[in-house]
Amino acid sequence: MTTPEPFGPTPEIAVDAGSRRLRFVLARLRLVWRSFRSGGGTFLESQMGRLSLFIIIVYALMAVAHPILMASVWDPATYDPVTGYSFDQVEQPAPPSWKHPLGTDPLGRDVLSQLLYSTRSEFVLGITAALVTVTIATFVGAVAAYYGRVVDAFFMRLADLMIALPAISLLIVLSALFPLNLFYLALIIGVLSGFGGTAIILKSQALSIKVKPFIEAARVAGGGHFHIIFVHIIPHLLPLALLYMMFTVTSAIFAEAVLSFLGLLDLRMSWGIMIHTANTGGYLLGGTRYWWLIVPAGASITLLCSAFYLAGRALDEVVNPRLRQRND
Amino acid sequence: MTDRRDPLLKVEGLSLSYQTRQGELQAIRDVSFELARGSALGLVGESGCGKTSVANCLMRLLPDSARLSAGRVLLDGQDILLLTEEEMRLLRWRRISMVFQAAMNVLDPVYRVGQQIVEAIETHGVESTEPAARERVARLFRLVGLDPKLTEHYPHEFSGGMRQRAVIAMALSCDPDLMIADEPTTALDVIVQDRILRELKDIQQQLAMSLIYISHDIAVVAEVTDVVGVMYAGRLVEMGDTADVFRAPAHPYTAALMSSFPSISGERRPLISLPGEPPNLSDPPQGCPFHPRCAYATDVCRVEYPPEVRAGSHRAACWHPLDATLVPQG
Amino acid sequence: MESASNIPETPNAPATGTDASDDGPLLAVHGLTKLFPVGGSPFRKPSSFIHAVDDVSFQLGHGESLGLVGESGCGKTTVGKLLVKLLEPTDGKILFRFAGDPVDTETGAPWDPAAMRGRQLRSFRRRVQMIFQDPYESMNPRRTIYDIISEPLSVQGMGDVQYRVDRVLEILTLVGLTPAGAFLFRHPHELSGGQRQRVAIARALVIRPSFVVADEPTSMLDVSSRTGVMSLMQDLASELGVAYLYVTHDLAVARYMCHRIAVMYLGKVVELAETEELLRNPLHPYTKALLSAVPLPDPGSRREPPDIRGDLATPIDPPTRCRFYERCPAATAHCLNHPHPLLEEKSPGHLVACYEV
Repeated sequence: MTTPEPFGPTPEIAVDAGSRRLRFVLARLRLVWRSFRSGGGTFLESQMGRLSLFIIIVYALMAVAHPILMASVWDPATYDPVTGYSFDQVEQPAPPSWKHPLGTDPLGRDVLSQLLYSTRSEFVLGITAALVTVTIATFVGAVAAYYGRVVDAFFMRLADLMIALPAISLLIVLSALFPLNLFYLALIIGVLSGFGGTAIILKSQALSIKVKPFIEAARVAGGGHFHIIFVHIIPHLLPLALLYMMFTVTSAIFAEAVLSFLGLLDLRMSWGIMIHTANTGGYLLGGTRYWWLIVPAGASITLLCSAFYLAGRALDEVVNPRLRQRND
Repeated sequence: MTDRRDPLLKVEGLSLSYQTRQGELQAIRDVSFELARGSALGLVGESGCGKTSVANCLMRLLPDSARLSAGRVLLDGQDILLLTEEEMRLLRWRRISMVFQAAMNVLDPVYRVGQQIVEAIETHGVESTEPAARERVARLFRLVGLDPKLTEHYPHEFSGGMRQRAVIAMALSCDPDLMIADEPTTALDVIVQDRILRELKDIQQQLAMSLIYISHDIAVVAEVTDVVGVMYAGRLVEMGDTADVFRAPAHPYTAALMSSFPSISGERRPLISLPGEPPNLSDPPQGCPFHPRCAYATDVCRVEYPPEVRAGSHRAACWHPLDATLVPQG
Repeated sequence: MESASNIPETPNAPATGTDASDDGPLLAVHGLTKLFPVGGSPFRKPSSFIHAVDDVSFQLGHGESLGLVGESGCGKTTVGKLLVKLLEPTDGKILFRFAGDPVDTETGAPWDPAAMRGRQLRSFRRRVQMIFQDPYESMNPRRTIYDIISEPLSVQGMGDVQYRVDRVLEILTLVGLTPAGAFLFRHPHELSGGQRQRVAIARALVIRPSFVVADEPTSMLDVSSRTGVMSLMQDLASELGVAYLYVTHDLAVARYMCHRIAVMYLGKVVELAETEELLRNPLHPYTKALLSAVPLPDPGSRREPPDIRGDLATPIDPPTRCRFYERCPAATAHCLNHPHPLLEEKSPGHLVACYEV
């Protein structure tokens, strides 16, 4: 820290220092709110944005509802998603009834409870994977673009490698080597995508920022590498990063479903496991007769994946003004 | 055939607005002027004053958000604003052609330059056979000072000045009666600009073609044109013979433009800057649009748009013209 | 609302303050050269080079304003970027002697940007700033005017937020953006081109540098806002004792902004003289051509066409003879067979690089 240099007389300012500081902070917050509102407005103006937000909110409420229901109206012995058993049904799996709105599975467990319970882990999985992806990809993209040369060559070859790896097959191999729980799965998906395709996309965006004169202006001002990367380059990558975050959520939920269906994941319960259970019992062969074993989980996977995908598309319109329909 | 003494182009009360998110943006308001055959008209003004919009109106190249609210554009007595798009297509290039500021955008990078001009000639049926069209392109290239061998080259092999010449050759390819040049030399260096201006002037006189030259640079306009119109905030505020307007400007805005223009010749006179910013065209000030920046503004300027004052062909829209010989007509 | 300030008939005389004249000129450039490789890759040496700046030498006094004039591609912007250490020179020396601390406290020698790293470089950045051509692209669109102007202060760690706000308000008032408080949290896109260029000037001057490279600061502005920005730069130069290197293609603008003008052609300075002397009595054939190509705002005046042949080339591995040889109307066999002429003083203060003068 250098001490302030003498700088000539300070202009007369009527307001005292404390309240000016407060006004300064308030003005900043107003600014953030304004840009959030205009971005949010564009997002909600699109049909895709409204639909995706609706679906995501419904599923989020479902995830929140499960522990509340378990603590209040649902008896754990009957309704626990893994260990529960419905004694009052003569035959398992039982079709939907008042007591079990989505019926029971072949092991006599309540399907609705399983569905709600899994929702939470799907969210945790998707959002963790997405955060890992975006953190890695933003950093790799900015650094590769800013430093160029060897750094760039290294990260881009690494990205080629990540893209060339068949993700699902790799996960199958890994699940054989060690128990693959939700956290590891999120981490692996995040790393694959973060060092892979997303990094390449964010790097090309960073390259277009790097050549702008304001980067030179920041250097002349005395800004170091960290200052330029974090203050001038990364903020310009974030909208695009947010967009790819949405797409990663989709691919993470999808990957979980596939791996659980194959029985390779070390999870208590998930939508994939629900379908897996139905399949191992041979109920998938029964056509539509045992629909409640497949449809709730299958539809949820489809709906939530599409919702995040649509959210990404709607965000694209916010981020990418050329796609906006109205004339500026 | 129309009388040679009739003006080639007559623009009457032209008004144009664009629909934007901020509301209606009045790009051109009540612009009228005439252009004689074989004469060169300059339109001067700062960015956003509506000079390019006037050119786009004459070419009928307007975006969907544009709305022509009033006025007529008479080319040899025919209102081109009433023509169908098909009729207009025939008119463009053959009667009116345009040279844009960004020459690179006009030339297609994947075709040879000569071929592009040959195609323009054939499409408009100026020459019936390809060899004749090629011969014509070679002549045009010589006319604009390019080696005819260059017709076989691609646009990226041309320098900025050569590209602008090729675009001028293309605009001349169908013998237009009127050529509109929108800042054709703004992106070029002075030596190249000088050559192109000289060629443009020569060609215009040689072919007795009419020219509308649009620029923000009053020195270029002073050298190239016979008649000049000064635009401000969508209005044509002053018009007259170039010599009259620049020697004795009547509108304070024209005078301000001239006194803020640095020159390398003569004594160093102080430059006077114009206070403030051009008005917001979505919400223009009442009365004369220049009044907030005008040193001569009085109460009447703030309320009512000034009437036209005239002396011969020199006219201005000002309550307090700097040249007292200009008086209200009628 | 900016004030209607006028540009005086002559630029203010260079400020020769008490501590300014002690240790010679503010800036001395010797044999500055910058070559850009053409082609090549990390594994293969490039075969040819663009000689963007080739053996350029000049001096600049404290508070003086030197115009660097030439056509696009003549290397004038490259010289500016070399001086603020946005580019590293291939060869040559740049030496600064700032008023107050003429020598670098760490090395004891004049400030040499080529050798600077880290902390030393940052204290150099406090003394040398740059104003960029494009007021639209030279500001981060996501940052507020406060962020943009206070950036030099904050990256240098100067003062707390309170101090920076005061400095920013002060400089905003100084550049005529008043009331300053109303501009603090606007974004660049809410401002007009002229206002933005005022912000750019404020950013360059907020840490009170001794030397500013101004790279065509008015070329993208409209006539009416251009004059205001020009007069502002002059007022601030004399008020704050700033020296300018004014890079421009427009001789008329340079006439009003600069004490001396250097004309560049393909990486070489071909003529350097006091502004009025250069305009009235150009000696180099290129300067003559350049001057005669400038259109005059006086209708009816006839200019002779500039006496110059051919088109501007790119200086890729140019021959050693005079760079202007191919286009020169006065070229002789002597010019063909000898290296590029040296910049020589033909009359007091008037330097020309030509054999035929």
